[in-house]
Amino acid sequence: MGKTISEKIFSNRSGRDVYANDIVVADIDRLMAHDGNGPLAIKIFRDLGGARVFDPARMVFVLDHYAPSPNERVSRIHDIIRNFADETGCRLHDVGDGICHQLMMEKHGVRPGDLVVGSDSHTCTYGALNVFSTGVGSTDTAAAMLTGKMWFKVPETIAVNVVGLPPQGLAAKDVILNIVSLIGADGAAYQAIEFKGEYASAMSMDDRFTFSNLAVEMGAKAGIFEYDDKTGAWLDDVGSGKGDYAPVHSDRDALYSRSVAVDVSALAPVVAMPHAVDTIAPVSDLDGLPIQQAFLGTCTNGRLSDLETARGILKGKKVAPGLRFIVGPASRDVYIEALKNGIITDLVEAGAVIVPPGCACCVGVANGIPGDGDAVISTANRNFRGRMGNAKASIYLASPATVAASALFGKITDPRKVL
Amino acid sequence: MKGTAHKIGDDINTDYIIAGKHKRDTFDAALMAPHLFEDLDPGLASRIKPGDIIVAGKNFGCGSSREAAPMVIQAAGVSAVLAPSFARIFFRNAINIGLPLLQCDTSAIDDGDLLEIDIAGGVIRDKTHKKDISFKKLPEAMSAIFREGGLVPYLKKHKQFPV
Repeated sequence: MGKTISEKIFSNRSGRDVYANDIVVADIDRLMAHDGNGPLAIKIFRDLGGARVFDPARMVFVLDHYAPSPNERVSRIHDIIRNFADETGCRLHDVGDGICHQLMMEKHGVRPGDLVVGSDSHTCTYGALNVFSTGVGSTDTAAAMLTGKMWFKVPETIAVNVVGLPPQGLAAKDVILNIVSLIGADGAAYQAIEFKGEYASAMSMDDRFTFSNLAVEMGAKAGIFEYDDKTGAWLDDVGSGKGDYAPVHSDRDALYSRSVAVDVSALAPVVAMPHAVDTIAPVSDLDGLPIQQAFLGTCTNGRLSDLETARGILKGKKVAPGLRFIVGPASRDVYIEALKNGIITDLVEAGAVIVPPGCACCVGVANGIPGDGDAVISTANRNFRGRMGNAKASIYLASPATVAASALFGKITDPRKVL
Repeated sequence: MKGTAHKIGDDINTDYIIAGKHKRDTFDAALMAPHLFEDLDPGLASRIKPGDIIVAGKNFGCGSSREAAPMVIQAAGVSAVLAPSFARIFFRNAINIGLPLLQCDTSAIDDGDLLEIDIAGGVIRDKTHKKDISFKKLPEAMSAIFREGGLVPYLKKHKQFPV
C-alpha cells in the first residue's frame, strides 16, 4: 500500500514500515526550544537526571518571545537558557536574532525528509520544506533532549488540493485563512495536512511558510508541501542544500483520511474576525472600520516578501495620523536584507516603528500591547481575546497587503484599492 | 474524585487558560494560578475550589504548546477536565504531567453540578442529575504514562518510552 509523506518520514525515522495510527518511537533530526517554554524543559531535563543533551549540535535554543528582556525576572529566565547552552554546548540564538522558526530554517539545516520537534505550536512551519515538524510541550522537549527520540502516533493525512488561478490582489494569507475557515479550528485535529495542487506548486517559498504556519490553527500536527525546484533553490540560498538529503513524495495510492478541494479563483481578500482564526469575513464587508494599530511581522508573515509587499503600498506615503504601525522582521537576515534594499527606510519614512526581530507583540508580552477598546489589524496567526496582552482589544488577522493598506487609511481597507 | 462542575465553551485555547503576559515572568504554576481563565471569565479562578472539575466543549486546549496551561489547571486544584475532544499538544502535555483528561459527551452536564469520577471504573456520576456518563479510555501508551503519574516518573522507572 502506498504511503503519505508523513507515513514515509515516520517509517524512515523509526526504522519500521508504518502507517497512520501506528505508534512509533522515532529519531529526531532537530530539536528547538524558546524562552517561552525552554526554561521549563531545562528544569524537567534536570528532573529526569539529564546532564548531557543527546546531540548538542542538533538542539537549538532561541530567545525570541520576550526579546530583549523587559524586566529582571525575564532576564533571569533568559540566563537559565544562556547558562544551559553554555554548559551543554547546545546552539543558542540570543535576543535580536529573530523568531525561532525562521532561524531553524535559515540557520540550522532543517531539510526535506527531516523529523523536527520544537516547544512551540508553530513548529509546523517547516512543513513548507517537505519536513515533518510539530510542536510539543516542555516535558516532551525534555525527554527528547535526553534521548534524541520521541514517541508518536503516525497521523492520518488530509489532502488539501488548492487549484485555480488567483484573482488580482488575492494573497496566500487570504487563501490559507479561507482554508482554516473551511476546515475549522479542530477540523484537522491529530492529522497531518498535505498541501497539493497547481496553486500550491506555483506558490513562493515565503507563501508556503505562511500556509504551513497556519496548519496548527486547524488542529493539524503538520502541514506539508511536496519538494520541488523552489524548495531546493531556497535551501541552496540559506546554505542547507549541501550534501545529501532525500525529499519525500507521497505515493499515488497513498491513503488519505479525506480530500478537500479549494478553488482560489472564487476567493477574495479576507480578515479573520475577533476572537477566532476560523471565523472570516471578506475585507470588503469591513472596509472603513477604524483601527488604532497595525502589525506586520511574526512567523506567519514577517519575511522579506511580506515587508516588500507593505513597502509597495506605503512607499512615499504616510500611515494615517494616530495609527501605530509596528513592524517586526522575522530574523536578523530578513532585517539586514530589508535594510540593504531600502525597505526599512521606506517603511520608517511612512511612519513604521521597527521592533527587534522576534515575536514582537504577537503574544502580548512586549513591543506594542494594544490599549483598551483598540482594534488591531495584524499579520499574525492568532487573534484570541487577550492574545496581544489586552482582553479589551480586538484583533483582526489579514495579509501583509491588507495590513499595509489599512495602516495607510487608519481603517480596514480592501488592498485591491491600492495594489 | 468529587467536585463541582465549572462549565465553559468550545475551542477554549491555551491563551484563555493562561495568558502569555502571566507566564512570561515565571514557570511556577502556583504563581500563575490566580490568572487561570482570566481573559475568558475573570471571576472563574476564584470560584474554583480544590477538587472541582472543568467541563468544556470541543477542542479544549487548542492553540499554543505552553505546558503552563495544564500545569496551572492542576495548580488551581482542578481534579479533572472533561471535554468531547482535546487539542493534540494540550492532550499530551496534560497526560505528561498526570492531569486527568476525560473525553466524553459533556452536553448533559450543567454548571454547578456535583460530579463524582471513578477513573478505574470508567464512569462519571452526575449526582445532581443522577445520571452516569461514560468516557473514552486513553490510548494504551498514554494510559501507561498516566498510571505512573506522568512522563517524568514513567521514564525514571521504565527507562524507555511506552511503545
